[in-house]
Amino acid sequence: MKLWLARRRYLIDFTLLALARRKTRNLGLLLVYTVLVFMLASVTLYSHALRQEAARVLANSPEVIVQRMVAGRHDLIPPGYIEKIGRIRGVQTREARLWGYYYDAVTRANYTFMVPAQGAPAAGEIVVGPALERSRGLAKSNGISFRSYSGKLHTFVVADVLPQASELVSADLVLMSEESFRAFFDYPAGHYTDIALSVANPLEVRNVALKLAAALPDARPILRDEVLRTYASIFDWREGIVLALLSAAILAFGILAWDKASGLSAEEKREIGILKAIGWETGDVIKMKFWEGLLVSLTAFLLGFVAAYVHVFHFAAALFEPVLKGWAVLYPRFQLTPQIDGLQVATLFFFTVVPYAAAVLVPIWKAAITDPDSVMRW
Amino acid sequence: MLFQPAIIALLLASALCVLALAASAPFAVEVIRRWNIKSGSERQLQLERRTYLFSTLLGFVLALQLAAVLLFVFNAEKMSAMFVGAMCAVGTLNVNAFGFPALNAKIAVFFLAAMWLAINHVDSRARDYPLVRIKYALLLILAPLLAASAWVELQYFLGLKADVITSCCGSLFSEGSPTLAAEASAMKPLPAMWLFYASLGAVIALAAAHGIGGARRAWLAYALAAASAAAFAGTIAGILSFVSLYVYEHPNHHCPFCILKPEYGYQGYLLYLPLFVATAAGLAVGAVQPFARRESLRDIVPAFSRHLATVAANGFALTAAIASVMIWQSRLILLTQ
Amino acid sequence: MIELHAIRKAFNQGRENELWALDGIDLHIEAQKVTALRGPSGSGKTTLLTLVGCLARPTEGRVRLAGEDISGLPECFLTEIRRRRFGFVFQQFNLIKGLSALDNIILPAYPTGRPRKQLLERAEELLARLKLGHRRAAKVEWLSGGEQQRVAICRALINDPELLIADEPTANLDTHLAKEFMAILEGLAGEGRSILLSSHDPLVTESDVVDRVVEMRDGRIVDER
Ligand SMILES: Nc1ncnc2c1ncn2[C@@H]1O[C@H](COP(=O)(O)OP(=O)(O)OP(=O)(O)O)[C@@H](O)[C@H]1O
Ligand SMILES: [Mg+2]
Repeated sequence: MKLWLARRRYLIDFTLLALARRKTRNLGLLLVYTVLVFMLASVTLYSHALRQEAARVLANSPEVIVQRMVAGRHDLIPPGYIEKIGRIRGVQTREARLWGYYYDAVTRANYTFMVPAQGAPAAGEIVVGPALERSRGLAKSNGISFRSYSGKLHTFVVADVLPQASELVSADLVLMSEESFRAFFDYPAGHYTDIALSVANPLEVRNVALKLAAALPDARPILRDEVLRTYASIFDWREGIVLALLSAAILAFGILAWDKASGLSAEEKREIGILKAIGWETGDVIKMKFWEGLLVSLTAFLLGFVAAYVHVFHFAAALFEPVLKGWAVLYPRFQLTPQIDGLQVATLFFFTVVPYAAAVLVPIWKAAITDPDSVMRW
Repeated sequence: MLFQPAIIALLLASALCVLALAASAPFAVEVIRRWNIKSGSERQLQLERRTYLFSTLLGFVLALQLAAVLLFVFNAEKMSAMFVGAMCAVGTLNVNAFGFPALNAKIAVFFLAAMWLAINHVDSRARDYPLVRIKYALLLILAPLLAASAWVELQYFLGLKADVITSCCGSLFSEGSPTLAAEASAMKPLPAMWLFYASLGAVIALAAAHGIGGARRAWLAYALAAASAAAFAGTIAGILSFVSLYVYEHPNHHCPFCILKPEYGYQGYLLYLPLFVATAAGLAVGAVQPFARRESLRDIVPAFSRHLATVAANGFALTAAIASVMIWQSRLILLTQ
Repeated sequence: MIELHAIRKAFNQGRENELWALDGIDLHIEAQKVTALRGPSGSGKTTLLTLVGCLARPTEGRVRLAGEDISGLPECFLTEIRRRRFGFVFQQFNLIKGLSALDNIILPAYPTGRPRKQLLERAEELLARLKLGHRRAAKVEWLSGGEQQRVAICRALINDPELLIADEPTANLDTHLAKEFMAILEGLAGEGRSILLSSHDPLVTESDVVDRVVEMRDGRIVDER
């Protein structure tokens, strides 16, 4: 065992020396490798952070939302509808909600107008999301006018700006009082947009939905878990597509690694010949090369990953934003919460280190079987 | 649902493994037909040099398989969010009929590759490479198995449809359902504990006896291999029926995968890693034993066998110890005096 | 110590440029003697050295080392034997550039896994003996030809081999350095180390240090003295 360890140590020592001696040659490969890890890691870190963001946002939304369907389309909830739901076991609270979209011709963006369940602003006042604050240059107690769909101009005073915490969804939010909302949209009295139900036990959610569907045939229950699942799979899918596109880059990298490893310089071939002649075994040479590859891989992986981390969480993934986000016209400029996920790191490892190892395996072996007697002929 | 990063990675790994073995098949045939260690001809020298390539390739395949098993379970765990009814890896694996077969095939290929590498190891220690033909014939058998495993995996991933409602550990490992796994989890904790500790105790004792006795007795070697397989099964049954309950501190949550979750501090990896290594070592003892009587392997096989037995004994002991600590630390009380 | 029996060695076997570099060699290399191979260029001296030194395998024939037939051994076992029993001094010295003299010297011992301290002690001892102590940390490419050869000799001796093999050791040296080399050789022979070398150089083959000269031509042994 001690012997085994000592041999390993010698091999690694020699490998480090060899790497140091051929700095420039290895630097190019290391650079490309690092860039590849950086790109892939940026994609995965970014989409994972987005997924988490969506999950966090939805965590506060109700377990079940009930919409009424008329002729297959989403319609208003008429008065008295909420009472028809009656008592369903497992439902803790029922709450009718008011919200809608508004297209702002000035910024050419969609805002979400909403009446919050608690703490609604006073009539004539609004609370806006941070994106709106930026795009319209608003600040507390400024006034702002929106032209309603009926053509009338409504003026509001900004009472507050929402915190940045989870900008992705709240960015384009405008909160107002019920009267203001009904006046602005000409919303018929007693009607609501939808109904939110909160269910404490996650296992009950499906039953609640089934009972709802039975009690109100024209209702469409939307389950939070289902939405979450859809988001997750959409993000995964996008990430997968991007990775598949980047597979061209991986392939190119593999070819480069193969080429680098098989195009050993005459100097290096000679070195291997010498090592073999003075008593190194083919296996020793393979192991030495293996350590070399491992060191290069780990270095590139670490450098690339750290760079990607900084890119995504400190520079808001400036390079990829347009590709991966794009779900609102109004790009929220949001700060993602730093998150590292084990599966993603493992996957990333598979995408970078495994192709590298596969690409250099054959060239390494080719180098390692150099004839030991060839050194006699130089 | 192929465009999931982890799935692409897994398929990539499988493709690489299949490719590696497919590439070695023609070489294997050539070795079987042309190998002649006594000859100094250039062709023989070439063949000998290429054996280095294929040993390295197989080592690579083994490492990749082990990593892939881990990633496979890890990924199933994560994807459970996407399937209705799935709360952990079990649910994801249950989405279609290929899930569990894919996992089992992966594990089987891992053990087979480990056994092949053990044979390869003793063979390359002997001066006349006595097993070279057998070794490459075995490689020819291993290749289609690996390809089959990759195929099952592909079917599984192709069949992953998000709208499927699956059943998770709650129902699969509940005492009412008719599967083998359910039977294991339906075992009462006390007999399961007996089985668990008895099978581990037996294999540790056999491994110790084999190691101390200089690994000279053939029957001990085969008994150790069989006991390793049994201990593997016994440990999994034990995890299903009581270890998991202690970890989750819940009297009805039988699941071999949830212990891998971050909620439980990834404790499962602590348990499974020594178990897999020890089982592989124990099986390898059996794999090299048939060749112990060959002239040039007389000393090599017992020496290596002893080494493997040590690894197996320590690995199984570690498994038992870790499981015991988990039980010790738990606040759940299953057995009352 | 080493017996060669009916050795033949082919290059490019089975192709049209097939060449039998050695064609029926019978030779017994005795322990604790200095043996020299002499012959015209292309007569197969280097090829014979590679076979004796286990750098290559004969195409036909048998090599016996201390009574054991090693001609059919796979490469890794030949390597092991080579590492333990033979030390090589090449015509071009073949030191690894960029490493210090000391690092070069201990290189053949890496696969043995011997403790570093022991290795360094042994290397220092050899350096001191060949009067190279002051150059131990110098990169080998900065050493003179004579110094490089002495480093190569140290490297050949680090594993304490039974047989030292040198291919044309004086070909790259001037007369003065060649004489110095012969002096070192004499010292080693005096310790009872076996030495096998090939040379054109009369300074070597006519020297008193050499116990035996084997004359080669066209892959055969033609004369012996
Ligand atoms: N790798 C090889 N491939 C083909 N031919 C070879 C090879 N190595 C040596 N030869 C041939 O084998 C013959 C013997 O070569 P060898 O190097 O043994 O001669 P030598 O006696 O050492 O010559 P010199 O005195 O010039 O060093 C030569 O004709 C040479 O061309
Ligand atoms: Mg020559």
